[in-house]
Amino acid sequence: MGKADDVTVLLLMVILLGLSAWAFHSGRRQALVLSNGRARTLHSLPEYYGFYLALCCATPALGGFVVWAVFEQQIIEWFTIAAISPGVRLDDPAKLDLLLNDIRNLANGNIISRAVDPDLQAAADYYLGLRDLSFVALAAGMLALSGAGVVLGWVNLKPAFRARAWVEQFVHFVMIGCSIIAVLTTFGIVMSLLFESLRFFQMVSPIEFFFGLEWSPQTALRDDQVASSGRFGAVPLFAGTLLISLIAMCIAAPVGLMAAIYMAEYAPVRLRAVAKPMLEILAGIPTVVYGFFAALTVAPLFREWGAAGGFLISSESALAAGIVMGIMIIPFVSSLSDDVITAVPRSLRDGSFGLGATKSETIRKVVIPAALPGIVGGLLLAMSRAIGETMIVVMAAGLAANLTANPFQAVTTVTVQIVTLLIGDQEFDSAKTLAAFALGLLLFCTTLVLNVIALYVVNKYRERYD
Amino acid sequence: MTDRSTKSAKVAASLRRRHAAERRFRLYGMGAVAFALACLGLLFFTVVSKGYTAFQQTYVKLPIYFDAGDIDPKNSGDPKVWAKANYQGMAKKSLRGLFPDVKKRRDKRALYKLASSGAAYELRAIVRENPDLVGTTTDVWVTADDDVDMFIKGYIRGDVAENERRISNKEMAWIEALVADGRLEKRFNTTFFSAGDSREPELAGVWGAAAGSFFTLLVTLALAFPIGVAAAIYLEEFAPKNKLTQVIEININNLAAVPSIVFGLLGLAVFLNFIGMPRSAPLVGGVVLALMTLPTIIIAGRAAIKSVPPSIREAALGLGASRSQVVFHHVLPLAMPGVLTGTIIGMAQALGETAPLLMIGMVAFIVDIPGGFTDPATVLPVQIYLWADSPERAFVERTSAAIMVLLGFLIMMNLTAVWLRKKFERRW
Repeated sequence: MGKADDVTVLLLMVILLGLSAWAFHSGRRQALVLSNGRARTLHSLPEYYGFYLALCCATPALGGFVVWAVFEQQIIEWFTIAAISPGVRLDDPAKLDLLLNDIRNLANGNIISRAVDPDLQAAADYYLGLRDLSFVALAAGMLALSGAGVVLGWVNLKPAFRARAWVEQFVHFVMIGCSIIAVLTTFGIVMSLLFESLRFFQMVSPIEFFFGLEWSPQTALRDDQVASSGRFGAVPLFAGTLLISLIAMCIAAPVGLMAAIYMAEYAPVRLRAVAKPMLEILAGIPTVVYGFFAALTVAPLFREWGAAGGFLISSESALAAGIVMGIMIIPFVSSLSDDVITAVPRSLRDGSFGLGATKSETIRKVVIPAALPGIVGGLLLAMSRAIGETMIVVMAAGLAANLTANPFQAVTTVTVQIVTLLIGDQEFDSAKTLAAFALGLLLFCTTLVLNVIALYVVNKYRERYD
Repeated sequence: MTDRSTKSAKVAASLRRRHAAERRFRLYGMGAVAFALACLGLLFFTVVSKGYTAFQQTYVKLPIYFDAGDIDPKNSGDPKVWAKANYQGMAKKSLRGLFPDVKKRRDKRALYKLASSGAAYELRAIVRENPDLVGTTTDVWVTADDDVDMFIKGYIRGDVAENERRISNKEMAWIEALVADGRLEKRFNTTFFSAGDSREPELAGVWGAAAGSFFTLLVTLALAFPIGVAAAIYLEEFAPKNKLTQVIEININNLAAVPSIVFGLLGLAVFLNFIGMPRSAPLVGGVVLALMTLPTIIIAGRAAIKSVPPSIREAALGLGASRSQVVFHHVLPLAMPGVLTGTIIGMAQALGETAPLLMIGMVAFIVDIPGGFTDPATVLPVQIYLWADSPERAFVERTSAAIMVLLGFLIMMNLTAVWLRKKFERRW
C-alpha cells in the first residue's frame, strides 16, 4: 500500500483531531482574554468561540483530504503513464489498463502477469515514489490548510463577533448537506443505471431486450460457436421473477394477513407478547440464511416428494424458492397489516357488534373493508420486496432462462442474472456486463412504481381516521 | 305457533352456522400464526441440527519425531531455515510408523490423507513455539482430514457400498485402529473460530469473515450514524415545509424500499469504476451499506425526535435558549435511546446483507485475515454464501455453524436494542 495505508491515514486524522481540540481550547481562552475576564461582554458563550476556531481548523483540512482521496489515484496514474518510457507506451486503452495493473501489482509486491523488465521495474519504482510523495503532500497540505484556517479565524476573534450564530449556521448547513445525501444517492443510482443502460442499448436494440424470448448473454468469441448466441431477450427473466414472486405472495398474503388478524383481534395478551417478537425474529433473519434453507432443505425435500409422487420436480424449482421467499415475507405482511387493522377505530367494531354480528363477521365485513387500502398498500410493498429479493433466488433458483409457468421447473430471475453477470472480473465494454445495468434499471423502476403506489395508498388512507 | 317455532329453528340453525364459521375463522388465524412460528422453528432446527457438529473437529494424535537433521541440517539456529523444513514429510513418516504393513504406493497415499494438509503448518507452529522439541519424539494432536472427520461424525456411513462413499474399507480399518488406540478424537474446533477461509473444510474458519464484517460495519456506523442523525434532526426540527423538503422526504421513504442489489450496482458504477476505490475492500462495502441503512436510521431518528413532547422545547425556548441549543441540549439527549435503537436495527440489517457486497467484489476467495479498511476481505453472510456453494460435505456443517455465529451476533444486537428501549423508554 505504499505509505498511505490505514494506519498512517488514521494517525493523520488523530493529529487533526488533536489540532482541533487545541484550537477549541485556545479560541475559548482567547475569547475570555479579549473580554478582560468579564464573559458578559462577549456576544456568545466562550465555548462558541472555541467551536468556531476548531471548525476553522478542521474543515479546510478535511475538505483537502476528501479531494485527495477522490483524485489521488487518477493523478498518480496519469503521471505514471506520462513518464513510462516510449518503448512501453501503448495506445490501446485496454492494454494500457493491463500495464497499469501490472505496475500497481509490482509496486505492491504482488504476482504480475508478465516478466519483470527494467522498464517496468523503473515504472513501478516511480509509481511508488509518487505515492510516497503524494502522501507527504497530503500531510503537509492538511497541516497548512488547518494552520491557515486557524489564522484566518483568529483574525475574526473579537468580543462582538457573533460566534454562536456562526457555529449554528455552520451546523445548519452541515445538516442540510446530510439530508441531501439521500437525494444524491437516488440521483447516483438513477444516473449510473441510466448511463450504463444507454451504452447497453447502443449495442442491443431495446426491442430485443424488452420483447425477446431468448436469454443467453454469453457472447461468442468466434463466429462458429454454437452455444453462445449472445441473445438478450429479457422476457423469460420477467416471467421467472413474476412466477417466483407470485408463489411467494400466495404463501405470504393469506398467512401474513390471517396472522395479523388473529394477533390484532383474537390473541390473548400473553400469546401476543410471545408471538410478536418471534415474528420479528423471522423478519430479522438474513436472506442468505433463507437461501441456505431453500437450497439445502426445502428444494431436496420437494424433489423427493415429487419423485415419490411420480413426477419430476427440478432441484432448483421455482416452487422451493418461491415458498421460502413467501416465508420470509410473512412477517413483513403481518406487521404492516397489523398496523392498519389496529388503526381501524373502535366505534366501527362496536357498531357492528351492536347490530348482532359475530366477531368474524365484523372482521370480514367491517374491519377488513375499512382497512383494505392499507392492506393492499402493504401487499404491494411486499410484492416489490419479493421482486427485488436476491439471495434466496441466487442460491435456490436456476440459471437457465426457461420461459415456463410450471412451478416445478427451474426458472431464473432478474436479480439472479444481475449477480451472475457481475460476479468476478468484468470488462466494461461488453454487452454482457452492461446488460446487468439495464436489468438493474428495470428492477429499480418496477420496484419504484410499486413503492410509490403503495406509499401513496397507505398514506392517503392513514389520514382518514386520525 | 308453528310459524314461530320454524322461525326460531331457522334462527338457531343460522346461529349454529355462524358460530361454526366464527370458530373456523379463528382456527385459520391460529393456523397462520402456528405456520409462521413452525417455519421459524424448522429453520432454527435445520441450522442447529446440521451445524452443531462443526464446533467439534476430529484430531489425530501422531508420534512425531522432530528430526534435527531435517529441521536444521547445518545447525544454524535460524528460524527461517526451520520454517522451510519438510514438516509434511514428518507427519507422513509418523503415519507410516503407525501402520508399517502399508506397502503399496497407492495405499500409502491414502494413508497420508488421514491427516489434513494443514498438519504441516501446525507442526511448524509447534516447533516455533518450543524449539526444545527438536530431536525428540513427541505425541502431537494434528487436524484430521475432512473425510475422516465426516466419517467419525457419522455423515459418511460405513454400511453403504464402498464405491459410493469417500472412505474406502482400508481407510475405515485404519480409522478404527486409530480410534481403538485412542489416537483419533473429536475436540473443540478452535480452527473454526481462528482461521480465514480455506479450500480444505477442516482448515476453514469464520474469523477472517468476522473481521471483514467488523471493519465493514465500522465504516457503515461511522458514516450512517452521524449523517442519519443530522438528517433526522434537520428534517424534523429545522426544515421549512417546502417543495425541497417534500422531495427529500419522499426520496428517503422510497430509498428504504429500493432492492439492496441496486445499491450494489451503484457501488460498482460509482465507487469502483468512477472514483476508483479498491475492489473487495471493507471501505467500499461499508460506504454502500451506509447508503443502504441511512433511510432506516433517518426514519427511526425522526420518530424518536417527534416523540419528545413540545413542552420541553417551549420551556427551553422560554428560558432563552436558541433553537440549536434546544435541539442539541434537550431534544436530542431525550431522543437518543430511540435513535440508538434505530441505529442498532439498521446495523443488524447491514450485518446480514449479502447482495450488494457481491457486486463490489467482496466474494473473492480470501485466506488472509483482513487487517484494515482497504485489505481485501469478505463478510460473514458472503462467507455463508460461498460455503453453501462448495461441494464438500464438510462445508455443509460449517455453513450452518457460520449461520449460527451470524444469528448469534444478530440476536445480540437486537436484544441490546430491546434492552435500550426497555431501560430508557419514557412515557410522556
